[in-house]
Amino acid sequence: MGYLAKFRVWRGDNEGGGLQDYAVEVNEGEVVLDIVHRLQATQTPDLAVRWNCKAGKCGSCSAEVNGRPRLMCMTRMSTFTEDEVITVTPMRTFPVIRDLVTDVSYNYEKARMVPSFAPPADLEPGDYRMAQIDVERSQEFRKCIECFLCNNTCHAVRDHEENKTSFSGPRFLMRIAELDMHPLDTVDRRQVAVEEHGIGYCNITKCCTDVCPEHIAITDNAIIPLKERVADKKYDPLFSIASLFRRNKDDRTAPPAAKV
Amino acid sequence: MATTGIEAPGRAQIGAKTLRTDRWWITPLVTFIALSGFLVYSTWRVLSNQYYFYEPYISVYYSPCLSNTCVPGSGFANTPISWWSLSPALLTAWIPLAFRFTCYYYRKSYYRAFWMSPPACAVAEPHGKYTGERRLPLIFNNVHRYAFYLGLLLNVVLTWDAIIAFRNHDGQWGHMGLGTLLLVANAACLWMYSLSCHSCRNAVGGRITHFSKHPVRYQMWTFVSKLNKKHMQWAWISLGTVVLADFYVYLLASGRVTDITFF
Ligand code: SF4
Ligand code: SF4
Ligand code: FES
Ligand code: FES
Repeated sequence: MGYLAKFRVWRGDNEGGGLQDYAVEVNEGEVVLDIVHRLQATQTPDLAVRWNCKAGKCGSCSAEVNGRPRLMCMTRMSTFTEDEVITVTPMRTFPVIRDLVTDVSYNYEKARMVPSFAPPADLEPGDYRMAQIDVERSQEFRKCIECFLCNNTCHAVRDHEENKTSFSGPRFLMRIAELDMHPLDTVDRRQVAVEEHGIGYCNITKCCTDVCPEHIAITDNAIIPLKERVADKKYDPLFSIASLFRRNKDDRTAPPAAKV
Repeated sequence: MATTGIEAPGRAQIGAKTLRTDRWWITPLVTFIALSGFLVYSTWRVLSNQYYFYEPYISVYYSPCLSNTCVPGSGFANTPISWWSLSPALLTAWIPLAFRFTCYYYRKSYYRAFWMSPPACAVAEPHGKYTGERRLPLIFNNVHRYAFYLGLLLNVVLTWDAIIAFRNHDGQWGHMGLGTLLLVANAACLWMYSLSCHSCRNAVGGRITHFSKHPVRYQMWTFVSKLNKKHMQWAWISLGTVVLADFYVYLLASGRVTDITFF
């Protein structure tokens, strides 16, 4: 049943490091994370790896397997041939701490910059009433497990470190879209989407969608609709003229200044 | 490759611009060849200014034909731009070009296949700097909706062309040939491509927040959302039908084949 697989694992820290070769036993039904654990248990007790649920639900074990951003716990060994060399590296967009563990603070900093949900001032918690069809569009986005594979894969920051200051990545553009579509939210988020979160950096090449382990249609259902909403407000002259004559004014307010 | 990307200080020093072992370059390569082929073919047809009309069929590139130089019977005489003396296709072919150039799907494909930004996911792009769609000229992609509206007008014209293709070569109704079939199929595919557009999805209902207060728009949005899932497919299929329909008209008009008639 079992066989010896050829693994190449990146070992090192932010000073330097490299790929190292290992031969590790693999049994039927195992995933890449199992093999990394076996490596830790049998050959490299100091190998650093972050994980938690082993069920694709905590978003901790993000890494790159044969160059593809994946959850290690959801990458089945049966998808590789027995003589294939399997390369495992940490995510390449975030600073490495050690071995397979990266520092994902960038994502938490961007998360804090998103103005939080703002219900109408006179509505008490517990009195929120929403129709299912009004919330169901953004429910897809709530499946996010914050693995940050999307932000890791987005070339706007992956290939351009300097853009990290002005671009928040697909995860947080999706969060802004979610709130902008929320039936009880009173804040107009379109301006901040451009100015503070850099939606203009996204060129809709869809790599975030391709790697999302929750199969959220990030680009089609969150980012493009948000780009269209931004165009309504910012780039479409007819829309600005029409809104002067509208009966139901868009009474959403600008968000409070971001906490950085 | 710039040291600002995957080689930036602090990141794992791995070296390779990608460790992907699959053939990630196939999709951008095929896209590059297909789109380049389409551009070359379209440029040739738009500039050639001949073989675009064979009663009752008109080539998509030349419809509506708006100048006095149009082949008799193919267009409209005495329009405000009838003084135009270059190929009449130049008067209208920029509309579908602008529509497709600013289309969210084609943007994805040409950014990947032509500009390699990025060539494929987790494959480093060759550019030192990247500003996305925030500057001229790419900022214009944000007004895709205008190209969409113009494209809709053109669809109406092409639908009319398909309807009058049920006349025979001498102008009598009740005919159907291979050309009729191609023009009808092309118009239908162009409608599917246009209606599945992301700007259409936003316009019919995507921009509203309370679907429950707008049941009709919610229905329309639901319908367009379904079509939208297949937008990429419609983008390619309609590109193919444009070429097929046009090429058949070319073959007929240049006398290379005679129309295959069904009735
Ligand atoms: S679609 Fe946009 S946000 Fe997603 S990976 Fe591509 S550039 Fe980044
Ligand atoms: S959107 Fe998908 S890829 Fe991005 S953090 Fe959430 S689950 Fe991960
Ligand atoms: S360990 Fe939780 S997602 Fe992999
Ligand atoms: S035509 Fe492709 S998104 Fe509008």
